[in-house]
Amino acid sequence: MHRFANPARFMRLSQVVLPWLAVVTVALLAIGLVLALVVAPPDYQQGESVRIMFVHVPAAWMAMCAYTSLAAASAAALVWRHPLAEIAAEETAPLGAVFTGLCLVSGALWGQPMWGTWWAWDARMTSVLVLFFLYLGYMALLNAFDDPTRGRRAAAILALVGFVNVPIIKFSVDWWNTLHQPASVLRLGGPTIDPSILAPLLVMGLAFTLLFATLLIVRMRAALIERKIRALEATDGRMFG
Amino acid sequence: MGLSTWLAMGGYAVFVWPAYGVAAAALGLLAIGSVRRYRMAQRRLARIPGARRGEDS
Repeated sequence: MHRFANPARFMRLSQVVLPWLAVVTVALLAIGLVLALVVAPPDYQQGESVRIMFVHVPAAWMAMCAYTSLAAASAAALVWRHPLAEIAAEETAPLGAVFTGLCLVSGALWGQPMWGTWWAWDARMTSVLVLFFLYLGYMALLNAFDDPTRGRRAAAILALVGFVNVPIIKFSVDWWNTLHQPASVLRLGGPTIDPSILAPLLVMGLAFTLLFATLLIVRMRAALIERKIRALEATDGRMFG
Repeated sequence: MGLSTWLAMGGYAVFVWPAYGVAAAALGLLAIGSVRRYRMAQRRLARIPGARRGEDS
């Protein structure tokens, strides 16, 4: 693990991986969209509105997956003070925030026709809203101190404490009576969704995962180059464009 | 299935299309912003004399 945590090695490896990852991501997104909008049948109860699920559920998966990455990278940054872990955490947060926002908006657009309401303060929706604010809080804390090291530490501690929210989101539909439906894909005893709808959902899920990975690599590379520029400017004592 | 039937989404067009539209806009802007920042960083590094070693390519 530590072998790959070297920034120079990360730059070399990611440069090889990035173009392939980008191509596969775009292809998978295109296939996923065709499956979601054309091939998948309308649901026998929900009709065509079920197609919102192919955006909503992958966005929710990524919201939780990104937060788990954020907490893991923050823990590594706190323990080993590794620059690559710091950068991974910092660049994961805005991506997670966008996926969480997308989950909330698409959920409202699905809730209105199916439940007759855009929003309800039930345990699942409220805990996802808390997740959204955790991302925003992390990003705000990061820049709240004059000393960037203190900002990073404070934000990393928030990310770790906030991780308790992830299992709460996952199990909220079992622990409380929610308007939101219980799990139907990741559950004991296997999925309860028909394969004709499960297949497009999994393709979209994989496409969103690869999109997250692609964007994270692009942003981490940008952040590493920006750090290098700052270091060069500091040693030179001169400002460059 | 005709195009207008498909676009109508069984009466749910006002919910289905905005959901996909918001997703395309949010993820598209995120991707464009990330790539633009990366390109700008590469260009700034290339302008610094003596900095061309590995990480800028």
